[in-house]
Amino acid sequence: MAESKSITQRKPLRIRVEPRLSEPPAWYPAAISFGALIIALILGGVLISLAGGDPILSYKHIAKASFGDIGVLSDTIVKATPIILAALACSVAFRMKLWNIGAEGQFIMGAFGASVIVLAPVLPAETSRWIFIPVMMMAGMAAGALWGFIPGYLKAKFNVNEIISTLMLNYVAVAWMNFWIFGVWTEGGFQMSPKFPQTAWLPRLLEYAKSIPAFRGLTTHLGLVIGIVAAVILWFIIFRSRWGYEIRLIGDNPQAAKYAGINITQNVIWVMMLSGALAGLGGMSEVTGVVHRLQTAPIAAGYGFTGIIVAWLAKLNPIVIIFVSILFGALILAGREIQPSGVPKMIQGIILVCLIASDFLLRYRIVISRGEE
Amino acid sequence: MDFTIILQAGIASGTVLLFATIGELFSERAGVLNLGVEGMMLIGAMSAFSTTIATGNPWLGVIVAMLFAGIISQIHAFIVITLQGDQVVSGLSLTFLGAGISLVLGDGLSKAGTVALLPNFSMPLLNLIPILGKIFFTDQSVLVYIGYLLVPLAWYYINRTRPGLHLRAVGEYPSAADALGINVFRMRYFYVFVGGMLAGLAGATISLAVSPGWFSELTTGGQGWIAIGLVIFAQWDPVRAAVGSYAFGALRRLILDIQGPTMLLGFANPFYYNPYLGFFLQMLPYLFTVVVLVIGSREAMRKRIGAPAALGNPYIRGERGK
Repeated sequence: MAESKSITQRKPLRIRVEPRLSEPPAWYPAAISFGALIIALILGGVLISLAGGDPILSYKHIAKASFGDIGVLSDTIVKATPIILAALACSVAFRMKLWNIGAEGQFIMGAFGASVIVLAPVLPAETSRWIFIPVMMMAGMAAGALWGFIPGYLKAKFNVNEIISTLMLNYVAVAWMNFWIFGVWTEGGFQMSPKFPQTAWLPRLLEYAKSIPAFRGLTTHLGLVIGIVAAVILWFIIFRSRWGYEIRLIGDNPQAAKYAGINITQNVIWVMMLSGALAGLGGMSEVTGVVHRLQTAPIAAGYGFTGIIVAWLAKLNPIVIIFVSILFGALILAGREIQPSGVPKMIQGIILVCLIASDFLLRYRIVISRGEE
Repeated sequence: MDFTIILQAGIASGTVLLFATIGELFSERAGVLNLGVEGMMLIGAMSAFSTTIATGNPWLGVIVAMLFAGIISQIHAFIVITLQGDQVVSGLSLTFLGAGISLVLGDGLSKAGTVALLPNFSMPLLNLIPILGKIFFTDQSVLVYIGYLLVPLAWYYINRTRPGLHLRAVGEYPSAADALGINVFRMRYFYVFVGGMLAGLAGATISLAVSPGWFSELTTGGQGWIAIGLVIFAQWDPVRAAVGSYAFGALRRLILDIQGPTMLLGFANPFYYNPYLGFFLQMLPYLFTVVVLVIGSREAMRKRIGAPAALGNPYIRGERGK
């Protein structure tokens, strides 16, 4: 009798949540993000089956259609390239808690800027490719930076909310591009510009198939190298330069930054321009490496928005962004064939929700114990 | 072009913005920034349309839209109120999620054809007022009239009632509100839910009244974001929100209608003869939002009024500060 009483009196399990007082170990944030990703994929699977699909088949399909052989792997990397640059653009602004949601518009303006060089034309078609490419890169970055400058200036001068202004400029950029495609550069009334001359294309691996047969049919282009170089340079700026230190300080503690004499207003404008230039470079790489003409659907395909998620998933680390972008490139590539067509977008949304929810575990720890306090 | 007709249609299309703006206003007054309006509106538009197809009852569609969007909003509420996550990123993720879910569940709806819509009617007596009667009270959707009622009700609730006082306290000074025995967490959940329901209603207003149908993401076309901009312009006041919403609605209509006639104010209409100039007209609502933001921000700086003091910050019990 007494014994059974003691069992019923055993203290129930208690779950307590307490703030973390010390920094978690270095592997911990990565493990949490990975866990959130897995949970997101499971939730996505549940939703797919609710909508009448087969989640396991869908995921198998995604894996096979994106990493199955060297050919599709190359396609995955082609899809990842614009995402890398868009995510780098978002990461540098987010680092300063500057919510640039306008990478999409800056990406479009970058593609437009690069196209002007070919279509205006600024350079004749027979110009050497090695003059064409740097000039187009400059034009793309300049157009993107201009599109970043506008909200940056408005934020610095009038304290205009950059989330809304960058987002509104996305719609303006789409209309601007459409005007040029339909009204000025249309090819025979179709919704696209004429094809660029081959001298204005970024070199692709398949061009070297004669000397290296393994490259046959691979469309991976120079944009990947541009993206990786940009990531490395950005890593040095953020973590090894004085400017990067200022950006990080403003993001973490704007009050302290102000007292340290850092000019926040000026940094807002410069960082928005850097962010815009990176996204613009992405647009340039996409239009000269893949599409080879100015056309709405493949350019305004949402890379700027995917960049937001990728930047967050990579915890704003430029090097990690490269790898996360490849993952998302796979999702987008394979997603094109999945029905219903909204699935990749929904999975991206679920991933972002799980990620932001999982950040809680970085700030708090959950203690399960028996007994009182 | 008959401007009363444009304004009349503008009021209807402004009603969409009105619901979304007032909803976001409630959420922000409680201290929670919800950038997921666009996603919740898509959820609302999709579920209203598909429910109406399935049941033939548009009112059921409206109710389902409001509930579904309200439930989706609670994901954001949980992340930012309980888990104290970043409100900006969480709201963005809600937009992605809402768009994704509505695209998946709305797959094939665009070919569904016509459905029973909410009724339009004229308000007796009031529609006899010259000009204004034509614009505001003739052949409008029932939702437009609900919008007229919502504005004074929202204003009175926020500024003149006890729960409204609590709402403002939670958004301005949550720790003081907490000390007075107001449940800050529950209040914030509730007003995020209200915001979600009104965003859902805004979506239903599109798909069942203003431009019936489901056109995937083009259904809302960024109106959720314009609504968030309007809240800033409105300085968190429902009456100013209504003015802004109707003005934007009229602008949207004007842009559609200006491309039709061959003559404009006695000149050959350039938008008719060069249709691609229409792309510049399409930019106008978005450029105007930016202009409106500049005006709103400058005025707020000058008059020293601003966002609810606790907007964007999680409330953590026992922590010092606001």
